[in-house]
Amino acid sequence: MSQQAAPAVGTPPAPGGKQTDGRTVRRSPVLRLLARPEVGVFLGAVAVLVFFLVAAPSVRQGGSMATILYQSSTIGIMALPVALLMIGGEFDLSAGVAVITSALTASMLSYQLTMNVWTGVIVALVLSLAIGAFNGWMLMKTGLPSFLVTLGTFLILQGVNLAVTKLVTGNVATDDVSDMDGFGQAKAVFASSFDVGGVQVKITVVWWLVFAALATWVLLRTKYGNWIFAVGGNKDSARAVGVPVTFTKISLFMLVGFGAWFVGMHQLFSFNTVQSGEGVGNELIYIAAAVIGGCLLTGGYGSAIGPVFGAFMFGMVNQGIVYAGWNPDWFKAFLGVMLLGAVLINLWVRRTATRR
Amino acid sequence: MTTDKTAAAHGAVLKDTPPEGGGPLVELRGAGKSYGNIRALHGVDLAVHSGRVTCVLGDNGAGKSTLIKIISGLHQHTEGEFLVDGEPVRFTTPREALDRGIAAVYQDLATVPLMPVWRNFFLGSELTKGPWPVRRLDIARMKRTADEELRAMGIVLDDLEQPIGTLSGGQRQCVAIARAVHFGARVLILDEPTAALGVKQSGVVLKYIAAARDRGLGVIFITHNPHHAYMVGDHFTVLRLGTLEMSAARSEVSLEELTNHMAGGAELAALKHELSQVRGVDVEELPEADDLSAPLPASSEGNS
Repeated sequence: MSQQAAPAVGTPPAPGGKQTDGRTVRRSPVLRLLARPEVGVFLGAVAVLVFFLVAAPSVRQGGSMATILYQSSTIGIMALPVALLMIGGEFDLSAGVAVITSALTASMLSYQLTMNVWTGVIVALVLSLAIGAFNGWMLMKTGLPSFLVTLGTFLILQGVNLAVTKLVTGNVATDDVSDMDGFGQAKAVFASSFDVGGVQVKITVVWWLVFAALATWVLLRTKYGNWIFAVGGNKDSARAVGVPVTFTKISLFMLVGFGAWFVGMHQLFSFNTVQSGEGVGNELIYIAAAVIGGCLLTGGYGSAIGPVFGAFMFGMVNQGIVYAGWNPDWFKAFLGVMLLGAVLINLWVRRTATRR
Repeated sequence: MTTDKTAAAHGAVLKDTPPEGGGPLVELRGAGKSYGNIRALHGVDLAVHSGRVTCVLGDNGAGKSTLIKIISGLHQHTEGEFLVDGEPVRFTTPREALDRGIAAVYQDLATVPLMPVWRNFFLGSELTKGPWPVRRLDIARMKRTADEELRAMGIVLDDLEQPIGTLSGGQRQCVAIARAVHFGARVLILDEPTAALGVKQSGVVLKYIAAARDRGLGVIFITHNPHHAYMVGDHFTVLRLGTLEMSAARSEVSLEELTNHMAGGAELAALKHELSQVRGVDVEELPEADDLSAPLPASSEGNS
C-alpha cells in the first residue's frame, strides 16, 4: 500500500460512541420521576408555601390564598406561552410591553370611535397576533437571535405605547371605558370574580388552569407539541425530517401574542384605564417563571405544568411578604434569592436524576 | 474549469450496468451549486439505482455535503439537471424529497438528542388518532411500531422513553436508518454514518447498509473512508474541490486505486515530478500517474 493512503487507513475511531449495547441499566422509578422537568419546581413551590404558612399566619385564610392565586394567574397566563416558546428554542423580550400595547389598542380604539368594546378587543387580538407573527417572521427570515429581534420589538412597542397614547388622549393613561357598550360582557369574560365557599376567586385563576391543562395536552399529546420539542432541541434535524420549523416558530410567537392579548384585556377590564408606561420588566418575570418551571433556556426541554408552579412561587413570595408584615422593600431581594435557590435546586435535581 | 472535457469523459465512464429494474431512481446530470460567487459543486453526474450502493467519497470541502443537500431538498441546484424517476425536479423542502421516497440520514443532525427514542423515530411523520380538534398522537401504536421496526433491524432497546442522546453513535445511526426504511424510503442517503464510530459499531452500520440494499433500496453512502466504501459499494464517485475526480463501477476500480484517488493520488503523482527535483524528498513510494489506471474524468482540472 502506498504511503499517501496511510491517512485514510489510519482514520482513528473517534470517541463518539460512549455507551455500548445492553449496558443500560433501567433507572429506579424515583429517579425517573425526579428527572421530570416539573418536579424540582413543585418541591420548591411547596417549600415556599410551607415557609409562608408558618411565617405569616394570615396566609392560611382563604381570602389570602385567593389573592395569591390571582397574583400568580396574571403572571402564569403569560408564563405558559413564554415557556412553550422557550421549549421551542426562543424567547420574547417584548412580551411585557406587548400586554400594554394590546390593552391600549382595545381601550383607545373603542373609546375614540365610540364603538362596542368588543370591536377594540377583536382588533387588539389581531394586532397582538400580528406582533407575534412579525417577531417570528423576522427571526426566521434573518436568522438573527431572538434576543436581538425581540429587544428591537420591545423598544419599538415601549416607545409607541407612550407616544401614541399621548398623541391620542393627550395623557399618559387612556380614558375610562367602564360606561361603554359591551363592557359588562367583556368584564365577565376577562375580569370577573366568583364565589367559592365565601371566598371571591378571580376568573383569571380558572383561565390560567384551563390554559395550563390545554398547553400540557398540546405539548405531550399532539403533533404540534412534538414539533415544539424538536425545533427547540435541534432545529436542523427537525427540518431535515420534515418538521415545518418556520410554521412552528412563528406560531409559537403568535401564541405569546395571544397570551399578551388575554392579560392585556384582563388589565383593561379590571382597572378600566391603562397606564401606557407599564409592562416594562414583566417579560423577565415571565421568562424567570418559565426557567424556574424547569424549561431549559436553550430550548428542547421543559413542561407546561412547571411554569404553573413557577408563577405560583412568584405570586406566593410577592403576597407572602405583605402578609408576613415585612418591609416590602425587601421583596425584590427576597425574590432574587428564591429565584436563584429554585434554579439551583432544579439544576441539582435534574443532574442527579439524569446521571447514569 | 473544463466542462466539455469532463462531460465528454463521462460518456465513456458510466457504463454501469443498471439492474433489471430499469432506469435510475435518482440522477444528477452536470449538476452544480453556487453560493453567491462561490462554486461549491460543479458538473457532477450521479446515478442511483434500486438495490445498489453508490458511494460518494471525497476529502473535507470536496462538495459531498452540498451534493446530498441538493438531493435531500435542503438546498436547490443552480446548474445542470436533477431527475427523480426520469423527470426533472427541484425540491424546496426536505418534506418534498421525503414524499418522493428520498430520505437522508445525517451524521450529526439525524436526531433530537433530548427527545425519547420513539418520538425521534416518528418525528415529522407522527401517527395520530381522533378527529381534528382532539386529534392526538397515537402513542401506543408509535411505541409498538418503533419497537418492531428496531427489532427487525436487530436493535433491541430496553426503554424507548430514554432520550435518544443517551444511545451510542452507532445505535443512533441505526435508529435513523430503521426510521428511513420504515417510512418507505426508496433512496437512502447516508452522510458519513461511520465517521464518528468505533470499528465494531461501523461494522454494525455497514451491515444495515447492506440490509437496506438487499431490501431493494438505492443507497447513497457518503464517506471519506474508502475501506468502508469498498465493503458495500457498487459504484464509486470521488469528488474533489467540487468536481468529479473519478466515477467508476466496482469492477473498474480496486481498493488501492480508490484509496489513491481519495488521498489526492492524481495530484500527488503530478507533484512527485516537482518534488523529485528537490533533494531530500523521498518519492520512491509515491505512485506514478500511470499506476492510476482507473478513469480520471477530471484529472486535468487538478493540474490546471
